[in-house]
Amino acid sequence: MKKATIQLETLTCPSCILKVENATKSVPGVDKDSVKVMFNSSKVKFDFDDEKTSVEEVEKAITALGYQVMKSKVK
Amino acid sequence: MQTTKREGRWLSVQRFILSKKNHIMTISIILIVIGFVSKLVFKNQMIAICSLAIASVLGVLPIAIQAVQALKVKVISIDVLVTIAVIGAFLIKNLEESAIVTFLFLFGSFLEQRTLNKTRSAIKELTEMAPESALKLMENGEFEEVEVDEVDVGDVLLVKTGSKIPVDGTVLAGEGYVNEASITGESVPVSKKKDSGVYAGTILENGTIQIIANRVGEDTTFGRIIELVEEAQDSKSEAERFIDRFSKYYTPAVLVLAFMVWLIIRDVEIAITILVLGCPGALVIGVPVSNVAGIGNGARHGVLLKGSEIISDFSKVDTIVFDKTGTLTIGNPKVIDKEVYGGNTEKVLSYLASVEKESDHPLAKAIVEYIGDTTLYTVEKTDVVKGSGIVAYVDGHRVAVGNVSLMVKENVPLSEKAKADISSFQERGNSLVLTAVDGELKVLMGIRDQIREGVKEDLQKLKKLGVKNLVVLSGDNQGTVDLVAKELGLTEAHENMLPEDKAAYIEKLIAKGQIVAFVGDGVNDSPSLVLAQVGIAMGGGTDVAIETSDVVLMNSDFSRLPHALGLAKATARNMRQNIIIAVGVIVILLASVFLSEWMNMTIGMLAHEGSILVVIFNGMRLLRYKLKY
Repeated sequence: MKKATIQLETLTCPSCILKVENATKSVPGVDKDSVKVMFNSSKVKFDFDDEKTSVEEVEKAITALGYQVMKSKVK
Repeated sequence: MQTTKREGRWLSVQRFILSKKNHIMTISIILIVIGFVSKLVFKNQMIAICSLAIASVLGVLPIAIQAVQALKVKVISIDVLVTIAVIGAFLIKNLEESAIVTFLFLFGSFLEQRTLNKTRSAIKELTEMAPESALKLMENGEFEEVEVDEVDVGDVLLVKTGSKIPVDGTVLAGEGYVNEASITGESVPVSKKKDSGVYAGTILENGTIQIIANRVGEDTTFGRIIELVEEAQDSKSEAERFIDRFSKYYTPAVLVLAFMVWLIIRDVEIAITILVLGCPGALVIGVPVSNVAGIGNGARHGVLLKGSEIISDFSKVDTIVFDKTGTLTIGNPKVIDKEVYGGNTEKVLSYLASVEKESDHPLAKAIVEYIGDTTLYTVEKTDVVKGSGIVAYVDGHRVAVGNVSLMVKENVPLSEKAKADISSFQERGNSLVLTAVDGELKVLMGIRDQIREGVKEDLQKLKKLGVKNLVVLSGDNQGTVDLVAKELGLTEAHENMLPEDKAAYIEKLIAKGQIVAFVGDGVNDSPSLVLAQVGIAMGGGTDVAIETSDVVLMNSDFSRLPHALGLAKATARNMRQNIIIAVGVIVILLASVFLSEWMNMTIGMLAHEGSILVVIFNGMRLLRYKLKY
């Protein structure tokens, strides 16, 4: 299990949170309970299994929603 | 392969449209104006219909794209509702409404973005203070500019005048003055030389230093502060989590309701109006907005509030417990009262200073400081009498310095006046130091700690804010505790308390149903900080304090406490207001769909976007919050 933080463009609409959350959860290998979308700092934090998926996969899912990914970090 | 390529192109079209949202908004309002002018002024139906139709189609594009994206991840967002509503209006040929509603929706989100950025500005200012680059010593012996992420523990860095210190480290060489305001809130520059510790995010105001990195990135004190604040601004309280769950089901429910209305009463107009009213936008956004503005205000004023749950607890506090008298006093005892007996005072004071100079007892230090420059004599045959004082020979005289019991031991007679002085000194909370030369009492000194400047007023402010009990739990036994308590109007004072006694005491208070805040420096009071509903650390950014507490007063500044409490109360109030506004608007709107004549899609959208802006503006007030008294 690894921890990832993705910095998104500034989130402003109320339903963004739910959209980004569901998109992140939909990627296989992401620990669903760990997904946390932070509205004010416009970040997504989650744990994932690095044998099943990668941050890039999650980034792709989020970009497909129309949100820009600024930066990501894996620990 | 073919499909992914097409998908990719489709994606970039989508992104292009979304990125031009503001242009679309502008074109759409121009078209709407043209439409209305040609209809009302030139009576030209053709142009009116065309321009309004174009405005509707153009305006709904970005909204529809967002709606489809939301549906893909199984979210029924407001975009979905608005898109269906606009298509519905378009189909029943109500072009005025479809055009205006799309414009209002786009304009609303534009304003949301602008105003939300404002509420987040205070915290952004803080995070932008994070250092970005560093001059690192490379293998070739030269310093080269690198990104701060590339610095590892043990690297040697060069910091020049005017630049930010990139990591927590120790000075290897050079000297300089550092402004540590970002960590301590104190902007007076601090001198740094070899072996001094320096903190990331602070600024070297003059000089040049070389440092070795001890902690980098998120592990630095500054990195941890930022992380805490970032976590705090998005932390959720129980009420908020409830709202989140509620809104998850609310929007789909609105869709179902609208559909049923359409099925039953066959009125498309009412059905699409319900759709527009459907999104609980202000409800979702209201609490986070108050939260971020409140925490941002705190961050600007040296107060770290760790989240909305804590703000809510803190706002209800009725008991504040202080960890020691030192929090309220200067912590530096001074000679306050003095009485002399017999003559030759100057010589006696010289003897006294000579004896006390040898001791590092806090009272002795206070006396030496008080007497100041004087002739010093050689002190011989010093005899420390445990718990009583010192006896020594100075200039051929036997000098005894200590408390009353030492005088009794030394058979020094105490006159009636001396006895009266002793008891009045004691009443004023002094520790006593008596000096006898050759068996005769010469000087009586009363030494005590003083109350910090402004503490009395600050405690008064706390009381005005509704704190009923102010308690001090002191480890001291110098009898000063009662005096401090009386002078400051504390409700309770207890002395001789060990850390575990303090924790037990706090448990007792909580069991009695009081909401307790514990103020401590976090050094040996971690159990109490954790036990109390609100642990307030007075730490100049020390590690333990920041980790274990709920609220941090940076720079150990006591005067921030009333501001912190007032801010917590204002923020909690602001959140409640926003919830009431949001729920109220929804209830009124939904009720008026069925009960009134005036409700339509445009008014619904106006009210919806309006209520979002109202809660944002309401939250923004917190950025300017100041304690009134």
